[in-house]
Amino acid sequence: MPTVAPLDLDGHCVATAFIGEVPYFALADGSVHRLDHGHKTSQANDGLLCAFYDAGSDRLLTGGEDGKVFSIGAGGETAVVAEAGRKWITSVAAGPQGALAYAAGRSAWVVLPGGKVKEFQHPRTAEGLAFAPKGLRLGVARYNGATLHFPATESKPVELEWAGAHTGIIFSPDGNFVVTTMQENALHGWKLADGKHMRMTGYPAKVKSLSWSVKGKWLASSGAPAAIVWPFQSKDGPMGKAPLELGTRGNSMVTCVACHPTEEIVAIGYNDGMVLAARLADAKEVLLRRPGKGAITAMTWDRSDRRLAFGSEAGDCGVIDISA
Amino acid sequence: MSETQNQIPVTVLTGYLGAGKTTLLNRILSESHGKRYAVIVNEFGEIGIDNDLIVESDEEIYEMNNGCVCCTVRGDLIRTVEGLMRRPGRFDAILVETTGLADPAPVAQTFFMDEDVRSKTRLDAVVALVDAKHLPLRLKDSKEAEDQIAFADAVVLNKSDLVSPEELREVEATIRAINPGARIHRTTRAGVDLREVLDRGAFDLKRAIDNDPHFLDADEHDHDHVCGPDCDHDHHHHDHHGHNHDHHDHGAVSPIHDITVRSVSLRGGEMDPKRFFPWIEKISQMEGPNILRLKGIIAFKEDPERYVLQGVHMIMEGDHQRAWREGEKRESRLVFIGRELDEERLRKTFEACQA
Repeated sequence: MPTVAPLDLDGHCVATAFIGEVPYFALADGSVHRLDHGHKTSQANDGLLCAFYDAGSDRLLTGGEDGKVFSIGAGGETAVVAEAGRKWITSVAAGPQGALAYAAGRSAWVVLPGGKVKEFQHPRTAEGLAFAPKGLRLGVARYNGATLHFPATESKPVELEWAGAHTGIIFSPDGNFVVTTMQENALHGWKLADGKHMRMTGYPAKVKSLSWSVKGKWLASSGAPAAIVWPFQSKDGPMGKAPLELGTRGNSMVTCVACHPTEEIVAIGYNDGMVLAARLADAKEVLLRRPGKGAITAMTWDRSDRRLAFGSEAGDCGVIDISA
Repeated sequence: MSETQNQIPVTVLTGYLGAGKTTLLNRILSESHGKRYAVIVNEFGEIGIDNDLIVESDEEIYEMNNGCVCCTVRGDLIRTVEGLMRRPGRFDAILVETTGLADPAPVAQTFFMDEDVRSKTRLDAVVALVDAKHLPLRLKDSKEAEDQIAFADAVVLNKSDLVSPEELREVEATIRAINPGARIHRTTRAGVDLREVLDRGAFDLKRAIDNDPHFLDADEHDHDHVCGPDCDHDHHHHDHHGHNHDHHDHGAVSPIHDITVRSVSLRGGEMDPKRFFPWIEKISQMEGPNILRLKGIIAFKEDPERYVLQGVHMIMEGDHQRAWREGEKRESRLVFIGRELDEERLRKTFEACQA
């Protein structure tokens, strides 16, 4: 039986992370809570809007209304790592070799390994950021497509075009695919080798959460009454194939997904606060948490594959232990 | 969870550069009116107030991929409102300032078309600031100035001291010609009573029509009332007696050039819902790009309640408002504000929907 250790906080949980073995919960007010031999708190942004767990440096990066990027490391230690003036920082990402990127308005900045900062301006808002897993390549989701920059070189960016507003971006773990979330209820993908399009549509709501399964064989997504899980095993991705629908519930929407790091299992969070785990192979479900006060907004597995930290928009967070 | 209870009201402030938007914004941010506002601006510019809740945002128009040219929303607003609403305790209402050249439609449509925004906020009113001296010139050289007036629930006619009484009357007549339903407030230095522009409920189907004595009065010039800065009458009634405003000279609207927006006001008896709904749907689909605003009260046959509806381009919303009162004339009225509207055809087809 999974056991839940609740952590009731006051505010919208933007991100969860494990730093070391300690679960962290970053709230919209900039307070960062951790369960480290008791409940402890530190303060990051004045108004925390976005967060990204930087696995390479084992730290959480956050951007906010104060125009700053914070890093939160072991022991809850916070430090300002970048500033961008008075504009909101709406996206942050970490890349290989300690590179990081952040966006405000139409600009995206990359802090290169070594500390040099490079700015990339766009004709439209830089909506979402992600680094490719290898090399130094930054993807920027934007209106009518995505732009791929090569910050370490002077080479021209690669433009990926698809009509509509692209709000978020993610690379596949093998670096072969780029997938964006859109303002409309759809995902869009590109196979980078040949630029082939992948349309992933049919969602009743906007997709806000994406997660790659172990080795990037599947891409799980929110935005429907079930977790929609697209097959990416073949070299052409999910084209012509139907996705899996896991954890279908008639009266609730999936708001967050998190794939298990070593097994083909996805944790599914719903708008009523329920959390299920479902196995991709046979769609078998296990209830991890009963409905709570608000929609699940963040979930993270730990490295020992047995604990899942979760947060909600109402602040009822916690850690689920599945090993018991 | 009830959505309506926690929905934060949003006021949209439009107007040309120099019309007095910054002055009004500064007043809203500094005067004590018991409400805290989060303000979304395009540039911090001249706002002399340091406030964590002033957010700078680049206007970002999204066209939707549904083939409809008028289905546009403001992407930056979606993101900013989402961010603000994660900490809702900080403010009571949101104010959106648009650039001088902005088309107000995408701003308004954001609050109807985006599910996330719609679930947490509601559009309260669109307020247009107009510079009395420069409006005629603005109308000559831009479509936006006209759109902003056409879209407005309230027009603040600012810098009224810089023109002669005749010029002021002409400007007012022009505003009326574009948008007969909007309430006009003459001001100097944007000195409008803030209660007249904030928390109006102009898009609230249940509230708007009873609050607004001018609603649907496009064809009744004797109701054509302009509120001055010291106008303190009760707007909740059609009680226009005893006021000294010179509002009885609107019978003959002087020839107004440079205007492409007009309103069409329709009036009929009880309607057959089986005919009316397909008709209004067809009109909104075919004429949507030309319809800037639409408002109506419909009396359906054998329906004890008034049905109210409103629209922005192709987006249309309707709901039952309240029971018809005893002795109240059960008639249907509909006002379109837009361009290239075929009044004759609208009238004929509207009348054909009568029960």
